[in-house]
Amino acid sequence: MSQRIVIDPVTRIEGHAKISIYLDDMGEVSDARFHVTEFRGFERFCEGRPFWEMPAITARICGICPVSHLLASAKAGDGILAVDIPPAADKLRRMMNLAQIVQSHALSFFHLSGPDFILGFDSDPATRNVFGLIAANPELARSGIRLRQFGQEVIEHLGGRKIHPAWAVPGGVRSGLPDQARQAIREKLPEAFSITRAAIGHMKTFLDTYRDEAASFGTFESLFMGLVADDGTWEHYGGALRVVDATGAILEDHVEARRYAEIIGEAVEPWSYLKFPYYQPRGYPDGMYRVGPLARINVCRSFGTPQADDELIELRQRGGATIKSSFFYHYARLVEILGALERIARLLDDPDLASRRLRADAGVNRLESVGISEAPRGSLIHHYKVDEHGLITQVNLIIATGQNNLAMNRTVAQIARRFVRGNTIPEGMLNRVEAGIRAFDPCLSCSTHAAGQMALDVRLIGPDGQELDRVVR
Amino acid sequence: MAAKTLLINGTMVSAREGETILEAARDAGVKIPTLCHLDGLSDVGACRLCLVEVGGRLRPACTTTVSEGMDVHTHTDALKAYRRQIIELLFAERGHVCAVCVASGHCELQDMAVTLGMDHVRYAYLAPTCSVDISHERFGLDHNRCILCSRCVRACDEVEGVHTWDIAGRGTSARVITDMNQPWGESETCTACGKCLLACPTGALFKRGATVAEMEHAPARIAMIVESRRVRG
Repeated sequence: MSQRIVIDPVTRIEGHAKISIYLDDMGEVSDARFHVTEFRGFERFCEGRPFWEMPAITARICGICPVSHLLASAKAGDGILAVDIPPAADKLRRMMNLAQIVQSHALSFFHLSGPDFILGFDSDPATRNVFGLIAANPELARSGIRLRQFGQEVIEHLGGRKIHPAWAVPGGVRSGLPDQARQAIREKLPEAFSITRAAIGHMKTFLDTYRDEAASFGTFESLFMGLVADDGTWEHYGGALRVVDATGAILEDHVEARRYAEIIGEAVEPWSYLKFPYYQPRGYPDGMYRVGPLARINVCRSFGTPQADDELIELRQRGGATIKSSFFYHYARLVEILGALERIARLLDDPDLASRRLRADAGVNRLESVGISEAPRGSLIHHYKVDEHGLITQVNLIIATGQNNLAMNRTVAQIARRFVRGNTIPEGMLNRVEAGIRAFDPCLSCSTHAAGQMALDVRLIGPDGQELDRVVR
Repeated sequence: MAAKTLLINGTMVSAREGETILEAARDAGVKIPTLCHLDGLSDVGACRLCLVEVGGRLRPACTTTVSEGMDVHTHTDALKAYRRQIIELLFAERGHVCAVCVASGHCELQDMAVTLGMDHVRYAYLAPTCSVDISHERFGLDHNRCILCSRCVRACDEVEGVHTWDIAGRGTSARVITDMNQPWGESETCTACGKCLLACPTGALFKRGATVAEMEHAPARIAMIVESRRVRG
């Protein structure tokens, strides 16, 4: 008799989702689905607002990565004004995005996924959380909090507040970085570097400890997409989109923001509020692609900073030239933190930052514009249309987590096939399924532009819809 | 001018004849909350925040003149409750979203809510779909944030002297309008002087291109303009 196991909601992710695992008559996994169960409707209620307000409005989509929305939106706004923003504004925006990558990646690794790595996937779920991590390894937990704090403080120095700074605006930024703030950031950099290097060391041991998981957590062929700089190096704010296949062959390159719709299509499924973007030329669902830390590392030639480039060589030695295992998202995330810190250090010495020209002034010069930035979780696309006065008439937001939707579903199915046997529900198995999702660090608040709470409710349901078993934690 | 003697909160106060209770209270150091009142403009008693008890009856302090022997109470428990209710009703009537408002941090409505201890709204939000007009070259109007205080109407009429602004409709359908209810950018009378922006207590009127928390009004400048004109004769 075929059955369905439901994990609802999935824990230690940003947002609210459930997972259904379908078993066939033999008790083998036949399919699995990652359902996103929330809806907020930002794209609708932004209509009618002046586009100048969009960075601050869309930043409210998420409390973890408001900066990503702020920047993608401000870039789309630059396009409506049809301006090149002042160099200092461009560099300050970059610094804020790098700080955002540091703080969000630190949250993902230390707070959300750390408990799995340090305490074990089969450990007691009551303590398999950040508090358990603090009890088991207080120094590691504390260092994670400190690293996140570093990123948040850089954001605060720039934007005046850690969360939802309304600082990037169409045309540039509202304020510069005072000398004393620059010095304060400089003084905290060494600690951030040392925490990151230690975390990368831990990650390398986890790859050996969790060899089985590394091999089965979403290891499959897919396309990868991300921004790269003109010279092919790692990019997070400028540059243009590149798509590579599982062999590393470049399928698309130098795709500017305004052309995104030529390569990305969006499908919907009745069982999830999260859309399913796909690579248009390959159709749905064959055009599955991944975005985020792993994709950015797979699409770029190199990091362009010495320490991260050294780590990139080892990362590729362990994972392959084009890495297919989603478990490596964690590793890629840490190497990205290292590269981001190096770039912040470099920016701090940039004389352009002292300029007082921070904001280009212009009216409505284009009625349609697209802004893309790399959010911690992957490429973030804001597409606006406005009327002649600048009131929004249409919004399309393509969020990183949405773009990983097909891959997350594939990951869930793969892990379930490897670890689920029969119709009982071993807790550690369920946690592995969730951990597979956590590798992508999904932000469902962003992706559906929705918010939710986290807990775990697992249901085993027979083909007639009858509930056979249930585990709640 | 004859002096009048009255009681404000039990204290004997002397006031000039023709003065309002609001002015007499202010001279006596008693601060009565207001929103539609703006120094330099005439008073209309629109917002009802300044209601006081006079001999047990409710009177707007901004439009009630003092009289001999008046017994005024400005901060009774009932009045405090009414004032909070008024602010809650203002929030419930339109789409006031401080988090993404151009005037956040510089808004008299927001400040008043904090001052009066409004930590939540007990009424159902009407959540109307109000339009935004940014057809003007320099300024914008968001009806979602308008509280119909009419300060813009009076500043335009009494200080600039062109009367571009007025109010059309009644009740919750009332809206500030320019000229014959046409887009602001098409107004033939507007001189783009910006006095309406100086006077606006919320984010309803703003500089075009303003982003969140960026719109600072300067209502005190209305009184400065009026006073300097008076001095020059």
